[in-house]
Amino acid sequence: MSEKILITGNEALAEAAIRAGLEAYFGYPITPQNEITEYMARRMPEEGRVFVQSESELAAINMVFGGAATGKRVMTSSSSPGISLMQEGISYLSGAELPAVVVNIMRGGPGLGNIAPSQSDYFQATRGGGHGDYRTIVLAPSTVQEMADLMFPAFDLADLYRIVVMVLGDGVLGQMMEPVLLEKKQTHRKLPAKDWALTGCAGRSQNIVKSLDLVVPRLEKRNLMLQEKYRRIEENEVMCEGHLLEDAEIVLVAYGIASRVVRTVVSRARKEQIKAGWIRPVTLWPFPSRQIAAAAERARLFLTVELSYGQMFDDVRIAVAGKAPVHFTGRAGGAIPTVEAVLDEVKKLMQPGKVAVER
Amino acid sequence: MKTVFERTETLYDRPTHYCPGCGHGVIHRLIAESIDELGLQGRTIGIAPVGCSVLAYNYINIDMIEVAHGRAPAVATGLKRCSPDMIVFSYQGDGDLASIGAGEILHATHRGERFTVFFVNNAIYGMTGGQMAPTTMLAQTTTTTPTGRRSNREGYPLQVCELLATLPGAAYIERCSVHDAAHIRKTKRCIRHALQLQLDGVEGLGLVEVLSPCPTYWRMSPSDARKWLEEEMIKVFPLGRFKG
Repeated sequence: MSEKILITGNEALAEAAIRAGLEAYFGYPITPQNEITEYMARRMPEEGRVFVQSESELAAINMVFGGAATGKRVMTSSSSPGISLMQEGISYLSGAELPAVVVNIMRGGPGLGNIAPSQSDYFQATRGGGHGDYRTIVLAPSTVQEMADLMFPAFDLADLYRIVVMVLGDGVLGQMMEPVLLEKKQTHRKLPAKDWALTGCAGRSQNIVKSLDLVVPRLEKRNLMLQEKYRRIEENEVMCEGHLLEDAEIVLVAYGIASRVVRTVVSRARKEQIKAGWIRPVTLWPFPSRQIAAAAERARLFLTVELSYGQMFDDVRIAVAGKAPVHFTGRAGGAIPTVEAVLDEVKKLMQPGKVAVER
Repeated sequence: MKTVFERTETLYDRPTHYCPGCGHGVIHRLIAESIDELGLQGRTIGIAPVGCSVLAYNYINIDMIEVAHGRAPAVATGLKRCSPDMIVFSYQGDGDLASIGAGEILHATHRGERFTVFFVNNAIYGMTGGQMAPTTMLAQTTTTTPTGRRSNREGYPLQVCELLATLPGAAYIERCSVHDAAHIRKTKRCIRHALQLQLDGVEGLGLVEVLSPCPTYWRMSPSDARKWLEEEMIKVFPLGRFKG
């Protein structure tokens, strides 16, 4: 297929996952991501691949655990409350170093919240909502096209590092339609053989997939190996983009759907002679700390914009490391910051003679 | 000298971590023997639960996976759906299967998943130190029922075979016991039969419940534990085939 089609973000993501070699999908219905599950229910059997509607998100993530252990490319998708239920399983996947892709189409919280878009699961996604010292790679698309495109690196990164890759979208990206070019994006990664997979021990010694180690020095060593892997990922896998940073006095930082608002704000600000630029993290972990630190050498101040009450804000402040004040504006509970409101915030912060103080 | 008994190939030759009189070691052996008799060592994936048998992979020499507490039937679903040519079994205790994992076993059975479950019922939580299980007997003293289990407070012992046998997705459900040699032989036949059904591609889940003594947390000698199992437990958990 080489022409653009009009499709929702959820469907684009699902089709791209299939093209990226997804072999088994396990999921439980939850809004606003049901289109993914429904698309998989139709398309996976057509391709002779596995689809199971699980009895819960708890079961779904553990079916992913089993499927991943066989060496197959597997994924699940859900939305915020369902992702909370999966945290135990994500911790186990991380401990056993099984590759898997988990999609979170975020909705308003806390609790049952609502089904409107949100970015309030940033902490959970980037800090590890489950127990133990683990990390998941977190990819944050900002367009329907990117919902599709990021599925290819998602599966490759999962296999390459034996890690859980979370694709963090939101209710807008999942539900809205945009023209998409669906094609197989090669990442040209050389992927290691899955010699650890459970395929039956005929002709080799027993493979064991586990996260338990009762011997303290051994579990400590295993943790140190994981940490070393996470450092390699931080070194090599950061993705982000930026624009108009060369002379920017104010740098707006936003990811996902909020970054679409920010792009418009920055171009409107430029028209009003405000030297604004933007940075959009594509990987939320590993976080583009270096890119933000570099911008902090020049910029006078930063403004983080989120559909939350300031979660990525913490990472921006850590990256800026006191070189400039970091401000925040955002809304949650399903509300989206408007261009006008963010632009007003930019103008307020950039008033001549105003001394910028954080928050 | 004439050899009358040999360790089966799929069982590792190593010291056990199980307590004296525990049934797990015997049940591990029966599974390993059945795997070898059916020639399945190279094409079987086993699931170790959370509980005393979490280290089952140290004894059974096949590809194995250790999973979250209670989630074995969901993991088994993922394994079997992704590798339909493999023989997949879960090995679960009563806390794992009948308490925290009650939802997973119910729905795996309900979907008619084609794997095998070996459910070891010793009426108590062993690894955590002797707390009440769903299968704990009425009046049985545990660390969380210090005055004995009462039906009006903790409910009745949960009868898993009776419950699951009502589901069309269950292909084979049988309860056995390892309290004496005759019953151990009978248990072996059930385990082997369940694996054979999976090998034959029979639609539906197979479950063998094995009543097993826990002398340590029943606070009994191994021989008294066997006697108590035979005289008391079987009254509440009758042996026999419930389905298939």
